[in-house]
Amino acid sequence: MTSCDAGCVLPANSFLPFCVDNLNKESLTLYVQMIKSKVDEEDYWHSSKFKAFTFDDEDDELSRLKESRQAVNNIRRLVEEDDDEDDVERVSWSGEPVGSISWSVKETAASSQRADREPAFPKISTDTPSISRSQSGYSLSSLFKGKPKVGNFQTFSDALTDSSVRLYAPELRKPKSEYKDYVSDWSPEETVQRLQQGKAVSLERFRTLQDKLLLLDHAIAAHDGNVITAVLIYLKRTLCKEVLFRELESRQTALRHFIHYLSETQNQRLLLELHRALGKAEDAALLQYKEHLSITDENKRRDFLKNCLSLPFSAEDLAHVQDHYTLLERQIIIEVTDRQAECGGKVEIFQKFPRKALILNMPLITTLYYCCFYHYAEPEGTFSSPLNIRQTFKISEKQYFVTALAARAKLKAWLDVDALFASRNWLGFTRKKSPLSFQRVVDILQKNSAPTHVLQDYVALVDDGELRLTLAQKHKCHDIVISTYRDMKDRQLLLGYRGKVVRGSAEERKIDDLLSNPQIRWKN
Amino acid sequence: MFTLKNGRLPPADVKNIIFFVRPRLELMDIIADNITSEDRRHSSRDFHILFVPRRSMLCEQRLKEQGVLASFINIDEYILDLIPYDGDLLSMEYESAFRECYLENDQTSLYHTAKGLMTLQALYGTIPQIYGKGECARLVANMMLRMKREFAGSQNQILPVFDTLLLLDRNVDLLTPLATQLTYEGLIDEIYGISNGYVKLPPEKFAQKKQGEGSKDLPTEPKKLQLNSAEELYAEIRDKNFNAVGAALSKKAKIISAAFEERHNAKTVGEIKQFVSQLPHMQAARSSLANHTSIAELIKDITTSEAFFDNLTVEQEFMTGVDTDKVNTYIEDCIAQKDPLIKILRLVCMQSVCNNGLKHKVMDYYKREILQTYGYEHILTLNNLEKAGLLKPQTGSRNNYPTIRKTLKLWMEDANEQNPNDISYVYSGYSPLSIRLTQILARPGWRSIEEVLKMLPGPHFEERQQLPSGLHKKRQQGENRTTLVFFLGGVTYAEIAALRFLSQVEDSGMEYVIATTKLINGTTWIKSLMDRPESPTQ
Repeated sequence: MTSCDAGCVLPANSFLPFCVDNLNKESLTLYVQMIKSKVDEEDYWHSSKFKAFTFDDEDDELSRLKESRQAVNNIRRLVEEDDDEDDVERVSWSGEPVGSISWSVKETAASSQRADREPAFPKISTDTPSISRSQSGYSLSSLFKGKPKVGNFQTFSDALTDSSVRLYAPELRKPKSEYKDYVSDWSPEETVQRLQQGKAVSLERFRTLQDKLLLLDHAIAAHDGNVITAVLIYLKRTLCKEVLFRELESRQTALRHFIHYLSETQNQRLLLELHRALGKAEDAALLQYKEHLSITDENKRRDFLKNCLSLPFSAEDLAHVQDHYTLLERQIIIEVTDRQAECGGKVEIFQKFPRKALILNMPLITTLYYCCFYHYAEPEGTFSSPLNIRQTFKISEKQYFVTALAARAKLKAWLDVDALFASRNWLGFTRKKSPLSFQRVVDILQKNSAPTHVLQDYVALVDDGELRLTLAQKHKCHDIVISTYRDMKDRQLLLGYRGKVVRGSAEERKIDDLLSNPQIRWKN
Repeated sequence: MFTLKNGRLPPADVKNIIFFVRPRLELMDIIADNITSEDRRHSSRDFHILFVPRRSMLCEQRLKEQGVLASFINIDEYILDLIPYDGDLLSMEYESAFRECYLENDQTSLYHTAKGLMTLQALYGTIPQIYGKGECARLVANMMLRMKREFAGSQNQILPVFDTLLLLDRNVDLLTPLATQLTYEGLIDEIYGISNGYVKLPPEKFAQKKQGEGSKDLPTEPKKLQLNSAEELYAEIRDKNFNAVGAALSKKAKIISAAFEERHNAKTVGEIKQFVSQLPHMQAARSSLANHTSIAELIKDITTSEAFFDNLTVEQEFMTGVDTDKVNTYIEDCIAQKDPLIKILRLVCMQSVCNNGLKHKVMDYYKREILQTYGYEHILTLNNLEKAGLLKPQTGSRNNYPTIRKTLKLWMEDANEQNPNDISYVYSGYSPLSIRLTQILARPGWRSIEEVLKMLPGPHFEERQQLPSGLHKKRQQGENRTTLVFFLGGVTYAEIAALRFLSQVEDSGMEYVIATTKLINGTTWIKSLMDRPESPTQ
């Protein structure tokens, strides 16, 4: 308990039990949270009969426990005399002499604004009446319309209807029960309730496996994740792994909470063991795989991924992880080579288009784009050849095509672009073929600022006449527009289009020729 | 009041520092950093921490690990379960509720929900009837009944405001949030994201052009606007289909212009005085009109774009069951164009839900394309979506979505966007399944759709809570009944609009108040299920 330097007190209630997760401290399981008192209070504590509360860090756990027990007993005697359960708590908060002020039961029960006797915390207590102590359960005030409801009505209805308060109310009538936890005879059900209300409780008394499991089952039934976690932390500490895992298997809710707890506290080792023990090998594998994200050094990450390959993934996931590893391995090789090439200053493309970012850890398609940009013509045998990448990772034809098209268009390598579409039929004629619609092709080329004469070739290949015309107009492919109008024999449209081309241009002359051509039989 | 951030706390001559936080571990690290950077020698500040809505063992342990737990004089909780967003809307703003319930199987959010509902009953009376559909709904109802039993003995003497509580699991209706909302408010949320009742918009359209000033200094700060029904105009148009917003705005514009024109008719001093007294209200109306016209213009730019249209077309094809068993070319093209991953996931999940699972070949193809284009680490995200049931391989059973669609009339061919006569107007054709269930519950009752209810996941049930005698409502004739609908795992603005529409339908006899764990849209929802959406490698 390093958090305690001096003047600590065990409040009777209101503080969520705090767990000491330290294996060598056997005796004390759940420990009430320590409150560092202010200097004036310390003075009080040192001079008061509660001196037994002062712990020294050097003290061994056992003697502390004795002291604490003694102190608690002192309090209990005192409380029994006064028949006022709030004494202990009041002292801890305000340092006022025990029994000097008697608190009204109603006030404590209804809103328990205990803090308003705490001088160091004036804002909370006076200005925001809606802040309530944990044991009172609810902040009823600001729920609707954001308007605090104040006055007797609220107090009345709260006291009557608020479930937690109602729970609290009967206890007021038998104050001794408040201190039962120090003698550790709470039933599992009561223990869970107290945990839910944030009251002090010791889980130590649950010694046998049966007791512990009963406690866990009650916690699960309460559905309060915080309580389930608290019990699980206790079980984790006091049960051996095999037993714990076995019991969790039949309690899925608790199991999930435990997994969540372990992953939040980054207890990877135990988490993996748990998954394995439960036969959830695939989950365990994915979990371990996930860890690669936190490794920044690329070589270490690659090695880590390589080790992952032996994990029990599903066949499908394994293929993806294998690809991931292969990709990173390649990226590292490409990065080293290209960095040298760039620094050497001898390779033209790196001088003309300096690299903007490292290729490491980029997605596969980005890598392919990079290779289509910098390593397009390489023979298929090299790691950085686009064709090799396509082969290795079984990239779909469409994906490959789009990527190569975009990369070559970016470089304005129109011959390469043209070649992508080249396909020979059995007669040896070449014609343009594309796995995507030519509309998309035009779109990609246009995004890479292809000139009109290039766009024109591809606009012309769009099958749908109407669409072709729209695209041609949009991208100013005049020839296509003009010949389409001619084919439509639409003199009016052609006349109209004459106004849109540059005066004195070849397009204008072409329109004029058509308009004066007597062989065309215009429809209008 | 300062926003929590790393590093030193802002200098201020104060004694008490109160941290007011959600119980999230990453926030604990920030707080620890704040405290350790405090100057120990001079600092005599007292630290307090308040968790909203509840304390968390894990958080306190994290604070202890960071060595700062002892610095707190006070550790406590501020129990704020339901936050009112509007006259008829409450939200817990518990982002991770869906993820926790359906992915991590952590039922803490349900416990908070039950607690929140107990509080609500403490204030507004015991709700006599509880209906529910789904695993989580069942658990919440059980917890509520248990909490009530535990404190039997003292009766709640408040006349009940709500006649019925309907608890609905989000996973009963996975489809609705995936679809693009088409109400005004829904679109604002889809495009710009409404956060805590505020929206941040690009400033260009809001620049006030004054005479003599060029457009040289446009504001660069985003324009922040509050959106709720307190604003008369917004209340009028928020739930309309976006296609009906233009007409409503121009009608309003005419009314306001006419009101301003009144000044020419004001002849006597009395008339002028009356006109002047109305000026502030008129000016507020005018600026509200100006704002919403600008927002509508911004949205129109997007809704009239080709990309929006194509996306909507594919969504509607899926919802009507067209080609849901094949690889969709549009999705393929979007992946090739590297559209945002969330957009892709929304579409793929939608296809999976509308097909009751994807064929192995189709699923493998999508997965491969996604991983190759966006990075292999997204295996983890895909895995999460599978666990949550949003993405699943087709099993032997036949696709029951068409049956559900037909029985519940989820697709209405002739949705009237301008003068709606059915809830399907909120998605221009698709009626949200969740709201159909709500509507049918009110009339004619769930017994009429037993078969379909069995096809949807989780049990459906009915419970009654005894009221003390004397609290039974004596209903006036024509008086509406009130139902509180609680969406476990989130609700969209379009669904809210549909419920408000049902409240307004004259002969429905039912009014709805809406509560939820979180206001969501498809994007925020999918994001909450992703594995570390901002992974450091990206």
